[in-house]
Amino acid sequence: MNLTYWLPVIFAGLLTLSMLIYVVLDGYDLGIGLLLPSVERAEKTQMLSTIGPFWDANETWLVLGIGLLLAAFPAANSLVSGELYLPLAFMLGGLIIRGVSFDFRVKAREPHQPLWDSAFFVSSLLVSLMQGLMLGRYLMGFSEGWVAWGFAWLTALCLCNAYALLGASWLILKTTGSLQARAYVWAKQVLLGAIAAVALVSIATPLASPAIAAKWFVLPQFLLLLPLPLVTFGLFALLNYLLPRLARRQAQGDDRYCWVPFVLCVSIVLLSFWGLAYSIFPDIVISKMTIWQAASDTEALWAILVVAAVVLPVVLAYTAYVYRVFHGKAATELSYD
Amino acid sequence: MNVLDALTMARIQFGANISFHILFPSINIALGWFLLFFKWRYIKTGQQAWMDAYAFWIKIFALSFALGVVTGATMSFQFGTNWPGFMRVVGNVAGPLLSYEILTAFFLEATFLGVMLFGRSRISERAHTLATLIVALGNTMSTFWILTLNSWMQTPAGFELVNGHAVVTSWLEVIFNPSAPYRFAHMLIASGLTAAFLLAGLSAYRRLKGDSSKGVSLTLKTGVLAAALLISLQIVVGDMHGLKTREVQPAKLAAIEGIWRTEQSVPLLVFALPNEQTHNNDFALGIPKLGSLILTHSLDGEIKGLESFPQHPPVAKVFWSFRVMAGIGSLMLLVSWLAAWKLRRKESPRWLLRILVGMTFSGWVATLAGWYVTEMGRQPWLVTGVLTTAEAAGGATPTMLASSLAMYLSLYAFLLVAYVSVLFHLAKKAASAQVLTQQEQLA
Repeated sequence: MNLTYWLPVIFAGLLTLSMLIYVVLDGYDLGIGLLLPSVERAEKTQMLSTIGPFWDANETWLVLGIGLLLAAFPAANSLVSGELYLPLAFMLGGLIIRGVSFDFRVKAREPHQPLWDSAFFVSSLLVSLMQGLMLGRYLMGFSEGWVAWGFAWLTALCLCNAYALLGASWLILKTTGSLQARAYVWAKQVLLGAIAAVALVSIATPLASPAIAAKWFVLPQFLLLLPLPLVTFGLFALLNYLLPRLARRQAQGDDRYCWVPFVLCVSIVLLSFWGLAYSIFPDIVISKMTIWQAASDTEALWAILVVAAVVLPVVLAYTAYVYRVFHGKAATELSYD
Repeated sequence: MNVLDALTMARIQFGANISFHILFPSINIALGWFLLFFKWRYIKTGQQAWMDAYAFWIKIFALSFALGVVTGATMSFQFGTNWPGFMRVVGNVAGPLLSYEILTAFFLEATFLGVMLFGRSRISERAHTLATLIVALGNTMSTFWILTLNSWMQTPAGFELVNGHAVVTSWLEVIFNPSAPYRFAHMLIASGLTAAFLLAGLSAYRRLKGDSSKGVSLTLKTGVLAAALLISLQIVVGDMHGLKTREVQPAKLAAIEGIWRTEQSVPLLVFALPNEQTHNNDFALGIPKLGSLILTHSLDGEIKGLESFPQHPPVAKVFWSFRVMAGIGSLMLLVSWLAAWKLRRKESPRWLLRILVGMTFSGWVATLAGWYVTEMGRQPWLVTGVLTTAEAAGGATPTMLASSLAMYLSLYAFLLVAYVSVLFHLAKKAASAQVLTQQEQLA
């Protein structure tokens, strides 16, 4: 086995995996932040209690993603973080405010608490927008001009919708009653924007890069790949069909299928990542740098892989354990007792 | 040199981030163990007061944890943006060590924190205690990895340079590099002291607000006794750390002591203004021979002077940071032993409580000053003998750095004020709730 070939491939896989888990997990809790202004304080508290036990760990997947990029692909890390310096800085500022607002909103002096609620929303929005902007800039190969920037900002708005959809479907899973009913409404409202997000990225990626277009639009690959976009949009159609029907059942007290929207959303994210990974591989910075050009020395990759191979399954196992501890509907209020 | 050049900006920005970040881990590394201690005492004695202490301090732990995580995420970006040369030259060492920290420590603490904070009603008491232990362990493991990397940057070992970048020859030597055990012990005890004075300070504040509950007495006592014990231990460990520094980083030691020329029987300088132009100390005031006694454990031991090194760290900054740290340490010794003595005699006069409130964040000042000694004392190197800070810089332009620095600085200043006032607010709220119960019991 040729390690200099395979180790970067494995690390590209690990990087994709950690970003996938990050987008699903922090996606739903960022989404809840985005939905926050629509409700009164008591319901805000209820919404945040569905993410309380998880958000710290969710964010750790981003730290792992950055860590892997830094440790395994340092050249790509320098290039990307140089190009995205300001959106990155604003995203980090947003993450800081968001993290503290979560605690300050209940621990600060009472008159200040609503301000921290607003801070939680604004910072969630800032983080989501900046992540979308960075995705857009990355897909456009950091090219300048108003088309590229316009696309990046459009991606930013669409990603907010996608996160809000994840957040709403998480709420459908974790809450009951009037809040759950509202979550069904929100899910339906942001669905179109989320579809636009996936469509936009799917259409723009081959347009921006002839190399990517060549990978998709040749026979027989095209026929083999066709199920990917078809299934993705099929799932969106299914979600669109199911949401009002599930909402009606919920109103009648039938909550058996509350997990369906979230599972559909996660499947859509999974398929989108698959498509994106196929487009980009084996580049790490589109048409600028391949994973092999960016990779660290084999010995460093090997040293990380040995530990990751042992520890990562354990991490996934105890993450699953914690989700099991908090399975079912969340409490209406977070309490340390 | 232009004050606003890229290197200076990158250093100011990174320094500001890392200084703000370290405040929260320096509380939580030890506070996690204190929480486990409270929980354990509760299980052993069945006294509700221990659980009250746990319930109050877990709030501060959660808040500090959130601040630690989000400011830590910022740092992991800035390794790449501010110091691209770092990964280029020593990536084979730093990459794996940073990955180990994330994989073995960050996930552990962040995941089990949720269980520790909100899971008590959903799992058994035993499992909840285990979650508390895992979080404390995760915190300490994270300290271990990051201090291993930092120590390796101070005293690199177990590698060879091949075509200008480090290749590991022995991981064992990398991980247990010469200064690592000393730095790890020194930092763990520093965190213990930071948390102990926070415990004592906020408990004293609650006492002053009329809260005479058992829980507050217990945390006051725990804080004071832990501080008295740890400061004594710290003096011993600090001394060992200093002796090791003389051996492995003599230039840093010379800067700490303000010694320009190699001498025997050097004095211990209490006050001086080190002068980089004349290579002398202005207004020096010292105790004869004490410097040699402390640093070599002999009255006429030789200390290498700054002039014997081709490059040396900025003397005045290192010299004074060290004196701030040692000064706070002496104050800690005085206050903790005095308070321990008074508490043993069942006395807690208001003047003593006020002093303890004044010392609430003394651990922060000492920890920051200590880290400034360590980090500035390594200059001009980023990795001693391998890579200078200037060589590692690059990437971000001064304009980019300036605009993000402005954002970070205002954010940090604001959050620092918010954090400290929320801590006192929580203490005040708990105290007034307790005062109300006490009045009801009287009536």
